Order: sequence, then structure tokens, then C-alpha cells
Amino acid sequence: MDLQSFFHMGGYAGFVWTSYGLTLAVLVWNWWAARRSEAEAQTAAKRRNELALEKTT
Amino acid sequence: MSWVWFHKLASPPHAYRILGKMAPWFGWTALALILVATWWGLVVAPADRLQGDGYRILYVHAPSAWMSMFTYVVMAVAAGIGLIWRIKIAHAAAAACAPIGASFTFLALATGSIWGKPMWGTWWVWDARLTSELLLLFLYLGYMALRASFDDPQRADRASAVLALVGVINVPIIHFSVEWWSTLHQPASVTKLAKPSVHIDMLLPLFIMMAGFQMYFGWIISRRLRGEILRRERNANWLKEAN
Repeated sequence: MDLQSFFHMGGYAGFVWTSYGLTLAVLVWNWWAARRSEAEAQTAAKRRNELALEKTT
Repeated sequence: MSWVWFHKLASPPHAYRILGKMAPWFGWTALALILVATWWGLVVAPADRLQGDGYRILYVHAPSAWMSMFTYVVMAVAAGIGLIWRIKIAHAAAAACAPIGASFTFLALATGSIWGKPMWGTWWVWDARLTSELLLLFLYLGYMALRASFDDPQRADRASAVLALVGVINVPIIHFSVEWWSTLHQPASVTKLAKPSVHIDMLLPLFIMMAGFQMYFGWIISRRLRGEILRRERNANWLKEAN
């Protein structure tokens, strides 16, 4: 199969590539959102630890 | 049989550490499987006799639809465990499932709609399969909105767990909708008990993609659950030793 017919997808190019593009977008979004959520929770927890330490000293 | 490992798993510092160790393994396995399945599904697998190359949407549509239901069942089971045995980490797991499940449901609906246009001639029909899958999206969104409406995380856990458990009825309805009601959607061709009616060259990339999505779920849930654990720990002194 040559490259041109691969991208052409037998006339269904728009439908097939939009679907795969959306899938990529959702997979990347999940990864990004999960990392951000984890990092935010880590920062907040560290902050709470510091505040607790300040109170005791 | 010793239940020590089980109790250890419910301890926040231990779970936090284990999840952090597991996450990259899930992540790299997911990436490898999804890349192989994409190449196989788009390049190696033969074109369909009726749908030509258009059927290749199957390789992203079916796994995301499967994950939308799988994630809901995990969420409902976790919520149930949290409700009955009052295990904090189970509630945390349920909360971590919701955004992942919602995103897979959106993807299943969107790719299904894109597939429907050239094959059925329409983006959308209000039949049982599509409507019940749309209801699943609203269940996820409702679950997240309900959680967000409480300031007290324990009350949020309990109220949202009830919603998750009631909504689980929708999952078998989605699965059997194509048998119970007339629809444009094709009936199950892979998960039926008799021999699957799809050729093995077309079926293998689908299974690999499903395995890849499953690993991907493991990866994302590990990351999200770590965040949820920390949010529930008022004094996470153990965080200094963990990483």
C-alpha cells in the first residue's frame, strides 16, 4: 500500500482521521489532567505539612 | 490466607507508594500496545468487504465504548465498598474513575457518531444504544457535579456513592440494548458466546487495542488516585518519606 492511498482511507479519510485524532486528544488530555491533579494535591499536602510544622514550633 | 496485604493496600501511605511504582509500568505497556494496535488496525488489517476502510474507526470506537462501561463498573464497585465498609481509599478510587470514564464515554459517542454518518447516513438516532450511552455520560457528569457540590469530602463520598450505585443499572442496559430494542447499531460481534463473527486479522488488533486501553486506564487511575489520597489526608507527614 502506498502512502497516498493510506491517507485516503478508501474515501473515508475525513471520518477515520477525525476519529483517531479525537482519540489521541482524549488520551493526551487524560494524561495531562491526571498529572496536573496529582501535582496540585502534592503541592497542597506539602503546604499543609509546613503549616502544621510552623504551629508546633 | 493472610489478609495483611489487603489491609496494607488500604493504608494511604502504602497505597500512595505502590501506585507511584506501578504507574510507569502501566504507562509504557499502554503506549506499546496502543502503538502496535494502531499500526495493525490502520495498515495491516484488510479493508472490510462492505465498509471498506471506514470500518477502521472500530479500533478506537469499540475499546472506548468498552472502557466507558468498564470504568463505570469499577467506580460503582469502589463506591459500594466505600459505602459498606467505610474504606476511605475506596471512595477515593471511585472519585478518580469519574473523569476518566466521562472522557471515554465522550470518545465512544463522538467516534460512533463519526462512524454513523457514512455508514447509516446520520450522525445520531435516538435509539436505545445511543441514548443509554448518552445517559452514561450524564451519570458521570452528574456524579462529578454532585461531588463538587459538597464542601465536606465525607458527605460528598457518601452521596455520590449512592448515585454511582443506582446508575450501574444502566450498564447492562447499554450492553443488551442492541438485542432488546430495534436499532441501527450492529449487534455484538465480538463478545457473543458463540464464535465471534469477525475475522481473526481484524479481531487481533481490536484485542490489542482493548488491552492497551485497559493498561492506559491503570496508568491514569494510579496518577489520579494518588492525588485523591493526598486530598483526603489532612496530615500527610509520611509524604516526606514517600515520592
